Amino acid sequence: MEHTEDRKNKKTSVISRFLSFFQKIGNKILKFFINLYKSIINGFKKFFARFMDGSIGTKLSHLIMGAGNFYHKQFIKGFIYLALQFGFFFLMITSPTVNNTPIGFKSLGNLITLGTEEGGIIFNPDFTFEIIPTDNSMLMLLFGVIVIGIIAVYIIAHNSSIKSSYKADLDKRHNKKPTSFKQDIKSLLDERFHVALLTPALIGILVFTILPTIFMILIAFTNSDKEHVAGQQLIDWVGFLNFSNIFSGTGEISRRFLPVLSWTLIWAFFATFTNYIGGILLALLINKKEVKFKKLWRTIFVITIALPQFVTLLAMRSLLMNQGPVHQMLINIGILAEGSTFEILQFASNPWTTRIAVILINVWIGVPYTMLMTSGILMNVPSELYEAAQIDGATKRQAFFNITIPYIVFVTTPYLITSFIGNITSFNVIFLLTGGLPRAGGGAIAGQTDLLVTWLYKLTIEQNDYNLGSVIAILTFIITASATLISYRRSKSFKEEDAFQ
Amino acid sequence: MIKKEKKFRSVKASKLSSTIFSYITLGILSIIWLYPILWIILSAFRVEYRDGNLITTVVGNYFPKGIGFENFKLLFENPTGNNPFIRWFTNTLIVSVFTFILSTLFTLSVAYVMSKLRFPMRKKFLGIAIILGLFPGFMSMIAIYYILKAISLTGTLYALILVYSAGAGLGFYVAKGFFDIIPNSLMESARLDGATNSQIFTKIVLPLSKPIIIYTALLAFIGPWMDFIFAKVILGTNRQMYTVAVGLYEMMYGEQVSSSQFTVFAAGSVVVAIPIVTLFLSMQKYYVEGVTAGAVKG
Repeated sequence: MEHTEDRKNKKTSVISRFLSFFQKIGNKILKFFINLYKSIINGFKKFFARFMDGSIGTKLSHLIMGAGNFYHKQFIKGFIYLALQFGFFFLMITSPTVNNTPIGFKSLGNLITLGTEEGGIIFNPDFTFEIIPTDNSMLMLLFGVIVIGIIAVYIIAHNSSIKSSYKADLDKRHNKKPTSFKQDIKSLLDERFHVALLTPALIGILVFTILPTIFMILIAFTNSDKEHVAGQQLIDWVGFLNFSNIFSGTGEISRRFLPVLSWTLIWAFFATFTNYIGGILLALLINKKEVKFKKLWRTIFVITIALPQFVTLLAMRSLLMNQGPVHQMLINIGILAEGSTFEILQFASNPWTTRIAVILINVWIGVPYTMLMTSGILMNVPSELYEAAQIDGATKRQAFFNITIPYIVFVTTPYLITSFIGNITSFNVIFLLTGGLPRAGGGAIAGQTDLLVTWLYKLTIEQNDYNLGSVIAILTFIITASATLISYRRSKSFKEEDAFQ
Repeated sequence: MIKKEKKFRSVKASKLSSTIFSYITLGILSIIWLYPILWIILSAFRVEYRDGNLITTVVGNYFPKGIGFENFKLLFENPTGNNPFIRWFTNTLIVSVFTFILSTLFTLSVAYVMSKLRFPMRKKFLGIAIILGLFPGFMSMIAIYYILKAISLTGTLYALILVYSAGAGLGFYVAKGFFDIIPNSLMESARLDGATNSQIFTKIVLPLSKPIIIYTALLAFIGPWMDFIFAKVILGTNRQMYTVAVGLYEMMYGEQVSSSQFTVFAAGSVVVAIPIVTLFLSMQKYYVEGVTAGAVKG
């Protein structure tokens, strides 16, 4: 009786913990929005306060960027701000076209319609004709996002121009001289050094990570597929249609989604654990006291990491080909008969043959990495632990099982989780070894070994079904994000982020 | 007494057998690990003829029947005109030099700011960086392709350099873990002596950070030699601009090649692998430090 009660308690506590986890996430999201709202309101309040309190220059700055700076004789700064404002409005109003697509205020309207001109040929009565190009919906979508970004940056810049003028006001009030341009530049190397260091990196991240991510998420809500090619046909917003198609449609995505998803998870699980356990065992073996030439052994395995994966994986693929060296060797040993066929990768009749082969080849690829890492950790096991164990009279075996192993496991748990996530999105191994084959039948694009990411590649690059690709990408993100959220809450290094300081 | 002696002897015997077992296991594993690598090298030097034609496809015999430099000759002379390997090699070298300079700068500066400087938005930046890291790189790849196309940069090396280094700022975690360990007291005493933040960074912190600088630079330099998929998508069909990875892949499986050029591929792989593996092995110490730190910090 007691036992079952115990178990029941445990079960409910697991469930309640799970629920409280999501509750906490919910609270966090709510808090985020409340904070966002507050900071926006605060921003406006400050905006008005500065307007009421500031000098004529600051008041003018609310309309004309840099006016305050001119008022305070900070000419260079004022000129830069003015040029920014002029450039912004020039771009917005003239809306210059890039590849026949306007970028400016017009882009905002285009973002909503995604283009209205279907294009075609107009025959004039005088027997001449004009070709009217179709609106490029993808570029319109992209430029729409970029223009929103530019507007956001402009608002921040304008706000900062007001702030800088107001700061000069205050400086004057306290009988200090407003900072000169030289001083401003100097402060970038000292108090505001973080701005100088972060800005270039942030611009890179903004343009090549954040902008593309937003663009891609938006594509998931359009009908940008192979029947709607940008520049030839118009693309439209379709809402959540692509998402609901996964569950109710009859196309590729609904038929193949669950099989691909489950194989992705199976693959990630086995790829992670075989590498993890194999790597630790190998490291322990090499680091045994009686094993000599440790460096040599380690180097043999490290070569795998140093070699580009396209070399090693394509070599593996050729090695395991029908009529390839491994096939020949198996014939020579007598395991296979002369004239037999040997298909374990792309053309295997049983998909599980290929799947197991891929996981095993991945061991070859991945184990050296875990081995190197574990070797590094083994050298760092605090020696006090062993000394204490020795004083307590523990044998070597006991010390090994009660100190070494727990220490390694404890230290590498965060790695285990990141490597699981890495395996969910691992592209090279599958793409280069099997290309997702063997085929799944029924004309499906996703083969038997395709992961979500290789499927995504095929759908977009090969099939031009960008909307489906984006849906897959978003779902992949949801999977990896929830795995990470759970793990980060457990990872000590994140909680005690400042512990070492 | 007798019992003890017996135990002692059996311990010795079991120790010996465990040593032998260790060596045998390591030996077998080494053979498995070296088998494909040795095969690539052998294939690169393989010279076999059938009906007077050099066989460049995969053959069943592991050890070649004849050895020579025919494949390297084919690789460098490029008789079909489709596979300018020397050009590919130079392309990759150019891309990797620029990438390694830019990404090392980005990574180290973001890591330092996040580790040692305190400013209002710091926690928010950390959170956003984690979330952005979760999106599959692919997700943005297609979009990046569109962006580059809009500014007519697809199929160029500039595009590749931008793509490889622009996001580098997000990979700051390992370096941040390293900077975290540098004691703050060191910086505070410098500040008391009147040093500015930038002087502290360049004159005090950076000279202490050789291992992490080398680790970051090594990974950034090797990246373009290893990456395959971004280069393939961005370079498209512009064969002159390929990097070695895309070029060698296309040589094996591309549409323009009628028969598989496996041995030439192998020769190319050897040419690429020698400098990379040498570089990697000579920097192994720093790599292990970085990898270990990265794992522990998670």
